[in-house]
Amino acid sequence: MNDDKLVIAGIEFKSRLWVGSGKYKDFEETRRATEASGSDVITVSVRRVNIIDKSKENLLDYIDPKKYKILPNTAGCYTAKDAIRTAMLAAEAGITKLVKLEVIGDDKTLFPDNEATLEAAKVLVKEGLIVLPYVSDDPIMCRKLVDVGCPAVMPLAAPIGSGLGIRNPYNLRIIMETVKVPVIVDAGVGTASDVAFAMELGCDAVLLNTAIAGAKDPIAMAEAMKYGVLGGRLAYRAGRIPKKLYATASSPLDGMIGS
Amino acid sequence: MNITLNGEKRAVPDGLTVRGLLEHLKVKTEKVAVERNLEIVKKATYETTVLQEGDSFEVVSFMAGGFSIADFGLRIAD
Repeated sequence: MNDDKLVIAGIEFKSRLWVGSGKYKDFEETRRATEASGSDVITVSVRRVNIIDKSKENLLDYIDPKKYKILPNTAGCYTAKDAIRTAMLAAEAGITKLVKLEVIGDDKTLFPDNEATLEAAKVLVKEGLIVLPYVSDDPIMCRKLVDVGCPAVMPLAAPIGSGLGIRNPYNLRIIMETVKVPVIVDAGVGTASDVAFAMELGCDAVLLNTAIAGAKDPIAMAEAMKYGVLGGRLAYRAGRIPKKLYATASSPLDGMIGS
Repeated sequence: MNITLNGEKRAVPDGLTVRGLLEHLKVKTEKVAVERNLEIVKKATYETTVLQEGDSFEVVSFMAGGFSIADFGLRIAD
C-alpha cells in the first residue's frame, strides 16, 4: 500500500491531510500542530504587509516552505475580480503556482459563490496557475470546474468552521464518479471520525483548519486527524464488507462439542 | 511625493523605484508581491519601475489563515 500517492498537476503530495494556518494561539502552536498532523500542505492567506510594525513575526519563519507545500488561498474574497487579483499576487510572490480558489457568496454561511468561482477559475487557469477550487458539493459545478482546467476539486463537507461533518456523503460519491480528478473534502469536518469517513468514501484528501486549531488540545487533535486520514484511507483501499441486516457467524460450526 | 500604500496616504522620497520603495519601507523583497494601480509589478521590473505622484500600491505577503473568517484583518480593498 506504499504506492498510494496523491498527485495533482504533477505535484506529489505525501499526506492526504491538508491543514490551514488560521486561528492558532501563536505561530509556535501552528508549527507544532502542523508537524503533529503529518501534513505536507498548509494553506495561507494573502494579506497586506504590516508596514508600520515590522517587528511582527512572519508565519513563514515557522513554517518552512522547503518542508511544506504552501497553498495560498483567496479567503475573504467575495467577487471573481478580487479572487483573481489575490491569486495573481500570491503567484507573483514566487513560492508556488498552487492556489486554493475561494469566492465567498455570503458571510453568514460562507458558502461559495460557485458562478464567480467558475469565472475566476477560467481566468487563473489561463494565467498558468494550478487552481484548486472550494465549491459546493454539487457534481455539475465540480464537472464545470474540471472542464475549465482545475486539476482537482474541493467540495465542502459542511459550512466552514461548523464542525458538522460529512453532511452529504451521497453527493460526494456522485462527485467522485462524475469527475476524474482528485476530490478533496474542504471545510466543515469536526473530528477524526469525520475525516476517516470522508476517506472511507474514497475522497482523495481532506483539508481542515478549525477542527484542529479550535480543539482544546490542538496538537493532540492534529495527531488524531493524521490517524483518522490514514485509517480511513486504508479501510477504503481494503474494501469494507457489505452491510447486512442479520448476523453472520464468524466461528465455524463444524467440530462443536456434542454434535 | 505622495502615494497610497496599502490603503493609507504616505509621503516617500521622489524618484524611488519599486525596489527602492521596499528598501525604504524595510520590507524584504522575497515572499512579497506588489501591485501598482491595480497592476502586478513583476519582480524583474522592480528596479526599472519608477514611482509617480499619486500611485496606489498594495504590498502583500502570506499570513496565517485557512479559510475565510471575519477576523483575518485587512482584506485587499479597492
